[in-house]
Amino acid sequence: MGKKTVKLKYTPKSEINIDVNYLARVEGRGALNVNISKDGKIEKLQFRIYEPPRFFESFLIGRKYDEVMELTSRICGICPVAHQLTALRAIENAMSVEPSKQTQDLRKLMAISAHIQSNVLSMYFLSLPDLMGFESIIAMAKDHLDIVKRGLKLKKLGNDITDLIGGRAVHPVTAIVGGFTSIPTKNQIDKIRKRLLNAKKDAFETVNLFSNVKIPDFIRKCEHIAISDPNYYAINKGRLKSTDGLNIDEMEYRDYISEKQVSYSTALHSQVKNRNSFMVGPLPRVNLNFDQLSSDAKNAAEDSGIKFPNYNPFTSHLARAIELVHDIDESIEIIDRLPLKEESREIICRSGFGAAITEAPRGSLYHSYDLDSNGIVKGADLVPPTAHNAYNIEKDINEFVITILDKPIDEITLQCEMLIRAYDPCISCSAH
Amino acid sequence: MNKKPKIAIFKFTGCAGCQLELLHLEDIFLNLLELFDIDYWMMVKRENSEENWDISLVEGGISTPEEIEEIKQIRKKTKFLVAFGDCAIGGCIPSIRNWIPQMEAESLVYEDTSTIHSTKMLGIGEYVKVDAILKGCPPNRDNIVELLKAALLKIKPRLRKHPVCVECKLRDNLCLLTSKKMPCMGPVTSAGCNALCPSIGRICEGCFGPMSDPNASALADIFRDLGLNEKDIKRKFRKYAGMSSDFRKEAGD
Repeated sequence: MGKKTVKLKYTPKSEINIDVNYLARVEGRGALNVNISKDGKIEKLQFRIYEPPRFFESFLIGRKYDEVMELTSRICGICPVAHQLTALRAIENAMSVEPSKQTQDLRKLMAISAHIQSNVLSMYFLSLPDLMGFESIIAMAKDHLDIVKRGLKLKKLGNDITDLIGGRAVHPVTAIVGGFTSIPTKNQIDKIRKRLLNAKKDAFETVNLFSNVKIPDFIRKCEHIAISDPNYYAINKGRLKSTDGLNIDEMEYRDYISEKQVSYSTALHSQVKNRNSFMVGPLPRVNLNFDQLSSDAKNAAEDSGIKFPNYNPFTSHLARAIELVHDIDESIEIIDRLPLKEESREIICRSGFGAAITEAPRGSLYHSYDLDSNGIVKGADLVPPTAHNAYNIEKDINEFVITILDKPIDEITLQCEMLIRAYDPCISCSAH
Repeated sequence: MNKKPKIAIFKFTGCAGCQLELLHLEDIFLNLLELFDIDYWMMVKRENSEENWDISLVEGGISTPEEIEEIKQIRKKTKFLVAFGDCAIGGCIPSIRNWIPQMEAESLVYEDTSTIHSTKMLGIGEYVKVDAILKGCPPNRDNIVELLKAALLKIKPRLRKHPVCVECKLRDNLCLLTSKKMPCMGPVTSAGCNALCPSIGRICEGCFGPMSDPNASALADIFRDLGLNEKDIKRKFRKYAGMSSDFRKEAGD
């Protein structure tokens, strides 16, 4: 406290210091500090995540297999569903439990609903104010009430679906190892189906909006990573693939991805072993899995005039909008094949190691657990999307900031913030 | 009409789920903007005022020396300070780590622990006076609205002190503890969720924290009768509110 959000020091031809000591419009607490010398050389560049860690990997040890989804949900209030579903699948892999087709479908519907909520939050609430010249969505409401209302309506749709399947939107309760404690009724799900159909128009308008807002022209080719499956748009399950040829099973994750600590960040930095930092999130997903998008989503992408694969990180907003169209289409598809029948489940505790990777709204999320024969956690390893992205964000800013040094300092600062917000960092997650 | 109350929303050690629930009030979000001046909300606004606030909603617990200083500053500038959710009340799930030696917890995650300055995870009430608490992980949206309404009218909010069991009865739920012999935390857990979990086939795990004056040891005895061992019982009480005096004995040393 007591410190201003942004401190600016600038005189022409002097050194440039960007000091954003508390990044606004992102989840959690992070900072950006960049010092550039008189001759334009970057002396220091830190995406400084100072969110206090909560040591989930430490206190999960000794907890029971059936609590893991409930506990890890609390890593993040924005993407609790992703943590729950990843934890459940990792635990099920460790105990050789194979959930039914209906369970897998309901889980995917739930994951997609969380994507709708989170991606709309990111697009409309956290980033659109920058792109339209406002300090916040609150300030935007005066002049652009229709857009704000559309954002609220779309977000509510995502939340209501999570509420319906999960019991509540933040930290849902019904998804458990092997299945669900309760499932929605036909009547309830039919009402949601109608709302999804009506939301298509809003989704197209969202694509239109984000195709037309001006974004910085900045390309940096880096490795893009996402899970992928030839048969569907991968969210809950798939092989981990990249634009640079990575193609691995989730059990092999630790053979290929490493983490290192940096002194100024409570989030660890990830990289592909012996290679480099990488990007996860909606843009890598659309780049890698374009073929699996629904036909309306593909058409919307083509109409936007932007070609994929695309390596401008600011295109992430448009990628979220394209995914929104797909998310609605796939939700309807799942609803139409759901039998909605009560199922029984039987769980037998056994020892073992299990890993799972899913796509959280912000990108690939890894959980793995070692269980003993009583189902007690002996070890846990968690890597959220923003821990994957933190190092890459620094590398992006390192190249980006040099291209905008002719601008006034407050504009340089804003654009660097915008680049970070394009990743929609979830900082609490990253410093779990 | 009087001047609009100035409201601030802060995040400490936690998951942002509580403030997200505030943002999830989509139907009345625009009305809220008419009734309150939101002066400080880093997750939503880029321009934040650090003048005094009428109401501060504080999400998250306190787990670093810096946070202790920050919460004291916020207290000085706030008329009505709300512990917003279980982390701010008593540390919630991240407080489970308080039972592990701090160095051990740190070295399992970080190679170099010299840059980590964490303390025990505690509620904000350990360091400052709190005017109201909003229970839940996360708090229920209706309760958030009730608190905001009460703040506008300057009256006491109607927040529940009775156990989840009362809400179960009101919903005609079969008792999971007596009828199905399942280890439900409902009898010692504060209501406010409208008996969410027992109504959809799941036992209460206690995410609203202890009710007023719960009999935790009696429930622990019932759990023993159901066949739970001592470790199981500790795990149940050492979850959302293990640090609270109400659950401290059952949560173990």
